[in-house]
Amino acid sequence: MSERHPLPEVGADGNTATAQLQGAAEGGERVLKIGGDWRLNELVPSWTEVVGKGTAVKVRVVAEGLGHWDTSLVLFLAHGRAWGAESNTEFLTEALPENLQTLLRQVPVKSAAKPATKAAVESKLELAARCATKGAQHAQQVVAFLGECTLGFLGVARSPQQFRWLDCLVEMQRCWASSLPMVGLVSFLVGGILAFQSAIQLQQFGAAIYVADLVGLSVVRELGPMMAAFIVAGGTGARFAAQLGNMKVDEEIDALETLGISSVDFLALPRLAAVTVMMPILALYANVLGILGGMFVSAAMLKIPASEYWIETQNRVGFSDVGTGLFKCLFFGLAVGLAGCLRGMKCERSAAGVGTATSSAVVTGILVIVMADALFAVIYNVLGI
Amino acid sequence: MCWEFDAMKTDPAKPVIEVMNLACGYGETVVLQNVSFAVHAREVLFVIGGSGCGKSTLLRCLIGLLKPLQGDIVYFGKSFTAADTSQRRDILKTFGVLYQNNALWSSMTIAENISLPLEEHTSLSRPDREEIVALKLAEVGLAGSEELYPSELSGGMQKRAALARALALDPAIVFFDEPSEGLDPIISREMDELILQVRENFGTTMVIVSHQLSSIFRLADRVIMLNHETKGIIAEGAPAELAARSTDARVRDFLNQGNDFPKRQNGNAAGSNHLLSK
Repeated sequence: MSERHPLPEVGADGNTATAQLQGAAEGGERVLKIGGDWRLNELVPSWTEVVGKGTAVKVRVVAEGLGHWDTSLVLFLAHGRAWGAESNTEFLTEALPENLQTLLRQVPVKSAAKPATKAAVESKLELAARCATKGAQHAQQVVAFLGECTLGFLGVARSPQQFRWLDCLVEMQRCWASSLPMVGLVSFLVGGILAFQSAIQLQQFGAAIYVADLVGLSVVRELGPMMAAFIVAGGTGARFAAQLGNMKVDEEIDALETLGISSVDFLALPRLAAVTVMMPILALYANVLGILGGMFVSAAMLKIPASEYWIETQNRVGFSDVGTGLFKCLFFGLAVGLAGCLRGMKCERSAAGVGTATSSAVVTGILVIVMADALFAVIYNVLGI
Repeated sequence: MCWEFDAMKTDPAKPVIEVMNLACGYGETVVLQNVSFAVHAREVLFVIGGSGCGKSTLLRCLIGLLKPLQGDIVYFGKSFTAADTSQRRDILKTFGVLYQNNALWSSMTIAENISLPLEEHTSLSRPDREEIVALKLAEVGLAGSEELYPSELSGGMQKRAALARALALDPAIVFFDEPSEGLDPIISREMDELILQVRENFGTTMVIVSHQLSSIFRLADRVIMLNHETKGIIAEGAPAELAARSTDARVRDFLNQGNDFPKRQNGNAAGSNHLLSK
């Protein structure tokens, strides 16, 4: 057995790594002397430089004055071994320290060490089929989740004491607290911007007072509910997805299921109810702030007194206008809650999965809000309200 | 430029790690106080003790995740506590950490996980890094797993991959937080052998936080035992020595737990299942 090499010296003085190939340049046995300190990221000899274009029948590697060494030396020797295999040269390492030989044996031989490759490139048809399958699975998930939620709410209607009222109230409070400042600010600014833009046009026709009508109707029928819904989707919807996603990753949802507790009843229903109830309230608040924004700009720019602006708004905006806006908010709230809870509960068990679920919840929420709004516009038009 | 911490080359006689009058805790809560010990090169030191005694808190202090309330931690003669950002970065490069839950980055493949420290702290080319990754994976018995994601590996394999990442920069010290946690006895034994093999091959200093008795007796050169009542070290020495001759009953009890399991005979000893008996 070869002499055991001392373990890497922590306190050794640094010496440059050396590797010298000695012996006849052509054919025969050659000796490769390695020495000095071999450290990752320091300049160490490369095998190609050391061996040059020479050939040999045998290369015997010996350690001479070898100090600290690490993976860099093991790699150097692995390259030598690969060269030996390619050029039919015996590469003898028996004279090296035993631990170095052990490590060298562990280095995978290059051709055998090829990393496992992922599946070969798919054809377009396979790709389309995979996308279709994924889409179908997705749709199935959504339908199944909607079904579970419906059954859950029916169960709550039969026995309301089963519902987690406290969780629902806490979620309502969180939704309110987190959305209120943003909804207020954005609605005020949107109302103001709308008044400003329309004032420039209406002033030319001496119809500046109609700014109040335009702002009032736009805000209560469309912009107030939409602004509130977007902000709740970005805040509360994302929070639901992240929270439930983390619970999924930490197996908390599995723990509920194995206890025989429906995770939908326990986690999703209180959140869905909370956000559905809060959305019209936030939209009403957005309406008020939007009208105030318009009033402020009109007073500052068009010199329309606030009282006149308010009377004009009251004359034009009726309860049906406010009601239609608030009614669709119930659906917006439901959409935001469903997107957040569904994405969170079906998220992949990884940190990246939680991130994807969160962003997906927001995007889905906003998309569904806009689609629902378009649908409501058509329905209201048909119904003449 | 050498990435290695210069102090590593200065004084071989000094301990690799010196902990001096360390106090650590969270906010107002002091978990450990007046903790002093040293770890020498190539030593395998176990930090043991019951749950809640501050083992993990001590480890968090040692690896710089928790600021000590008092005292100093010295690596290779240089203070870690008083180090400025660049010195601290140099010290951090001299050790690897294997976390209890492996802490593999789930969005990256195993190869990317191992390659990241090399990418950040060395100027090695991409092919070189790939070769080192293959070598490190082979060292821990995971050759060919480069393209897999952590979620595609079993618990034991994840532990090995995390060890490969901890060893990526050939660190002088490796810290382990409960390396056998969640592993079955056979995999746990394999992990222990892997740790010994790394020490044999690279002479790495190991600090291991664990309460696995089998691993302690198999691997430890020395143990320090912490206690939550005294908030400090209550015993220090070789595990077999402490188990046999410690004057402290708490130490003997802890280290001799494996000896007092009641032996079941043909399944009807004291521990028979009362639910099945009528």
